[in-house]
Amino acid sequence: MTLEQDQIYGITAMLLFCLGLHGVVTRPDALRKIIALNIMGTGVFLFLVSIAKRNAGEFADPVPHAMVLTGIVVAVSASAFGLGLARRLGSPDVEEKDDPPS
Amino acid sequence: MSAAVFFDLLLAVTLVAVAWRVLHAPGTFEAVVVFITLGLLMAIAWARLSAPDIALAEAAVGAGLTGVLLLDTLRALHPGAGDKEPVVRHHPSWAASVAAAVLAGVLVLALLGIPRDAPGLTERVVEELPRSGVSQPVTAVLLNFRSYDTWLELGVLLIAVVAVLSLRAGTGLTGVPPGGAGAPLLWLVRLLVPMVVLVGGYLLWLGKSAAGGAFQAGVLLGAAGVLLWLAGQRPVPREWQWRLLLALGFAAFLGIGGVLMAGGRLLFEYPPELAGTLILLIETGAAVSIGATMAALFIGLHFRTGEISTGGADDT
Repeated sequence: MTLEQDQIYGITAMLLFCLGLHGVVTRPDALRKIIALNIMGTGVFLFLVSIAKRNAGEFADPVPHAMVLTGIVVAVSASAFGLGLARRLGSPDVEEKDDPPS
Repeated sequence: MSAAVFFDLLLAVTLVAVAWRVLHAPGTFEAVVVFITLGLLMAIAWARLSAPDIALAEAAVGAGLTGVLLLDTLRALHPGAGDKEPVVRHHPSWAASVAAAVLAGVLVLALLGIPRDAPGLTERVVEELPRSGVSQPVTAVLLNFRSYDTWLELGVLLIAVVAVLSLRAGTGLTGVPPGGAGAPLLWLVRLLVPMVVLVGGYLLWLGKSAAGGAFQAGVLLGAAGVLLWLAGQRPVPREWQWRLLLALGFAAFLGIGGVLMAGGRLLFEYPPELAGTLILLIETGAAVSIGATMAALFIGLHFRTGEISTGGADDT
C-alpha cells in the first residue's frame, strides 16, 4: 500500500493532535499547556487542509482553507487570553503590584 | 520513491519530532523557541499542500505573533529566564501515554478509511466564482460565500481584546513601555515598519486575484504595531482611536450588510457588478481591525507598568 501525499500529512495531523492532547493532560505548567493546545489546533488545521488537497484539480477545496485561515487568527487571540490568565494566576506578587501606577 | 514523496515524509517526521521536543524540552524557554520553529516548518507544510494563503498567515502568526506573546509571558512569569528558570518536573503517566497512543491509532485508521473520491465543495466554488467579484477562491469563500462566518469571526476577535483588557488593572492600551528603545531597535523600526505597511497593503490588494487578503495583511500590520509600541514610539493611539480601529472591520461589514438589506437584498447578498468593490472595502476595514487586534492583544497583556520595565530604567 502506498500513501498519497494528503494521507502522509493527514497521519501527521493525527499524531500532532494526540501529542498535544497528551501534553495538555500531563504538563503541570500553564504556559506549556497553552503551547500543547496550540499543537492540538495545528493538528486540526493540518487535517482540514490535507482533506482539501485530497483530489485537488485546478486548486484545492477553498472552503477548508478559509476555515483554517480564520481559525489561525482566532487561535492566536484565544492563546493571548490564556496567556493573560496565566500571567494573572502565575505572578506570586500580583496582590502587591496590582495597584494602578501613579 | 520520488523526491517529492521523500520530502513530504521527511517533513512529516520532522514535524512530529519537533512537536515532541516542544512538549518534552526540560526548560520552558527551549520549548517556546522550538515551538516557533514548528510554526516555520508548518508554513512549509502549508505550501506543500497548495495552501499559500495559509502559509503566509502561519509564517506571520505561528512564527511571529504567537512567539512574541509566549516569550513575553515567559519573561513576565520568570524574570531572567533562559538559564536559571525553574525546571518543572514532569511526571510521566503511563495511563495518559497509552490512551493518547490508542487514540492516535484509531484516528489514523479512521483517516485511511475516508473515501478518496468525494469532491468536496470545489465544484460549487468554481461554478459561482465568476459572480463573486474576485478571482481568488479562498477570498471568494471568506468575503462572499461565507461572509457571515467571517463577519462573526471579527466579532470573536473584538471579544478576545475585551477579555484580555478585562484582566488588567493598569493603563490599558494607551501606555508606553518606559525607558525607550536603544538606537539599533529604533533604526530597525524606522527601516522595517514602512516596509511592513507597504507589504501589508500589497497583500491586501493581491487578495482578489492571488494568495493574500485581509488576514495576511492584518497580521503584518499587527506585527508593525507591536514593533512600534516596543520601540516606545509616540503618539500611542488614544482610547477612542483604539476603539475605532478595533471596531472598524466589524462595523464595515455590518454597515454594508445593512445598506444591502435596506435595498431589499439579503444580508451580504452583494450585487455582482459591485461585489469586487464592496469586498475590497470590507477587507480594508477588516485588515485594519485585525492589525489593531493583534497589537492590542500584545499591549493589553502588559497589565501592570512594573511588568513592562525589566531594565529598571523607569519606575516612576
